[in-house]
Amino acid sequence: MATTTGDPRARVWWGVAGLVVVLYALIPVLWILSLSFKTTDTITDGNFIPRSWTLDNYAQIFSLDIFTSALRNSIGISIIATVLAVVIGTMAAYAIARLDFPGKKILVGVSLLIAMFPQVSLVSPLFDIERAVGLFDTWPGLILPYITFALPLAIYTLSAFFREIPWELEKAAKMDGATPLQAFRSVIVPLAAPGVFTTAILVFIFCWNDFLFAISLTSTQRSQTATVAIANFTGASQFAEPTGSIAAAAVLLTIPIIIFVLLFQRRIVAGLTSGAVKG
Amino acid sequence: MADIVLDHITKRYPDGTVAADDINIEIADGEFIILVGPSGCGKSTALNMIAGLEDISEGELRIGGERMNERAPKDRDIAMVFQSYALYPHMTVRENMGFPLKIAKVDKAEINRKVEEAATILDLTQHLDRKPANMSGGQRQRVAMGRAIVRSPKAFLMDEPLSNLDAKLRVQMRTMVSKLQQRLETTTVYVTHDQTEAMTLGDRIVVMRGGIVQQVGSPQTLYDTPANLFVAGFIGSPAMNFLPAKLEDGTFRTSLGDLALGDELRRRLEEANVAREVIVGIRPEHFEDAALVEEHQLARGSVFTALVDVLESMGSDKFAYFSIEGEQAMSDDLADLAADAGTADVPGGDTATLVTRLSATSGVREGERTEVWVDTAKIQVFEPSSGKNLTSGTGAATAEETVRA
Repeated sequence: MATTTGDPRARVWWGVAGLVVVLYALIPVLWILSLSFKTTDTITDGNFIPRSWTLDNYAQIFSLDIFTSALRNSIGISIIATVLAVVIGTMAAYAIARLDFPGKKILVGVSLLIAMFPQVSLVSPLFDIERAVGLFDTWPGLILPYITFALPLAIYTLSAFFREIPWELEKAAKMDGATPLQAFRSVIVPLAAPGVFTTAILVFIFCWNDFLFAISLTSTQRSQTATVAIANFTGASQFAEPTGSIAAAAVLLTIPIIIFVLLFQRRIVAGLTSGAVKG
Repeated sequence: MADIVLDHITKRYPDGTVAADDINIEIADGEFIILVGPSGCGKSTALNMIAGLEDISEGELRIGGERMNERAPKDRDIAMVFQSYALYPHMTVRENMGFPLKIAKVDKAEINRKVEEAATILDLTQHLDRKPANMSGGQRQRVAMGRAIVRSPKAFLMDEPLSNLDAKLRVQMRTMVSKLQQRLETTTVYVTHDQTEAMTLGDRIVVMRGGIVQQVGSPQTLYDTPANLFVAGFIGSPAMNFLPAKLEDGTFRTSLGDLALGDELRRRLEEANVAREVIVGIRPEHFEDAALVEEHQLARGSVFTALVDVLESMGSDKFAYFSIEGEQAMSDDLADLAADAGTADVPGGDTATLVTRLSATSGVREGERTEVWVDTAKIQVFEPSSGKNLTSGTGAATAEETVRA
């Protein structure tokens, strides 16, 4: 920052560059937003700002059973998967950062392997397995693969955080009379909180946005998530494209994530950077 | 408050390394004892075993008469001050100091009262609501002490608590630690690698090397009658001078010239049936500018002439450094000491340096040859192979001194 504040020309350039990046990322979002407010007649007119505004698209998707149930499924499945992945990940990462146990390297290696494995190649076997054991088209049928694929991410992020916490703090807590659990709860977890929040958000976004598993491992409203529901939207007639509804649903889907991120913004930034230095 | 007994304690790691070998120390109730030695000597391991942060492989640890080996640190009722202070960064000073009490489920009013009391002793009252991150090193150090004393534990363990402070503050805090210990009269085990701290703070000092206790005794005992070359070289600053010597016809033939033995010393060496090759150790203050020594004293020692290499005037004293031609004293103990002090790599060639502490009124000048007197009565004689002190061997060693070479 020191170099940019001094020279006004450099500042202008940084500003322009920043603006370009922000616009590049935001224009598609704004485009979807604009589409979601357009009427069916004007949806293909190519205007960025709708000529006639309407909330019909939103009203319509909420009138569909399929979307409200999908939203419920999405929220439920993502939250349960996130909580479980973060709890398991916290404990696993703590063990990896602090303890020396046989097979530690293998465990870390395997979790990395899972993260690298192309998920699409696992969809068919998972489909068969879930059909066989009766998990197909259920909440646990999605929660389980989500946890599996979110855990490597959680373990990696969190163990970087735990490694930064000086071990002596734990020893001090022990000497101060704390049990290992008390030491973990009142000393380690508060210090690792930014890491835990960062991980939770990353995992939540992963679960929330997933389409591949959701479309392959579900078949009915019982467990279809919002991303799948959007794909299944049909127009008013067989020949009408449900563009307006899809746009409205997409906008709605981003809202929880935006709220989530805004709430924990400061913690995430602190988390991402401190994780980056030593991760 | 309680006494601490280390009864034949050994620490052996799974890979076979022995970090502490058969340590036997009895620490009296209210005593201030220092574990000192170069890094890797096992002093921190010993402290961690008392704390319960490391398991004891063999032997028994008793605090207040009770066996502690299997007890978790939290059940031993001892407090520890860490080198890094290990303050909880997310808590204020008040919360940090109150943490042990909160864990012990003491009620809030009582916690507050005890924290305030400790804060008054440590002069932290106005900082109670600050976070450690916003405090200076000295303040953090005091908070760490505060966290240890609020609980009134049976014993304090301190792991190099002052080594992160700058020199001036360290001296101040040293005095504070000393006063605090006298006031609280709590048994204290203090680990340091700094012999000055050890000398100034402790009731007794335990010198360790390679996991083995070299000598236990009061600071003066260790200084006057070190059990071996290692203790002799470790205790004292500037360090004791060591010279190889041959014992012939009742004199030491050294590179300084012949040093006459006093009657007392000769008798003792004869008793000990000493070999001819020895190492003599002379403390810097046992030299004096020959011009300043009175007649009757001159006879008690020997005089040699040498070139003053460097002269450091400290105001109260003058330190004169001489280069002495000839071999350096060689021994495992001395090699260890040199490695620890980092002087092993300092280029010096074959010449040994002799450090002498002369009176401030001495007229010696750099680059001139000077007559220097040695008080031969104060010479310590060591066996080169084992490092054992031959002078103190029979007469001076008292019962409390454990010597294992």
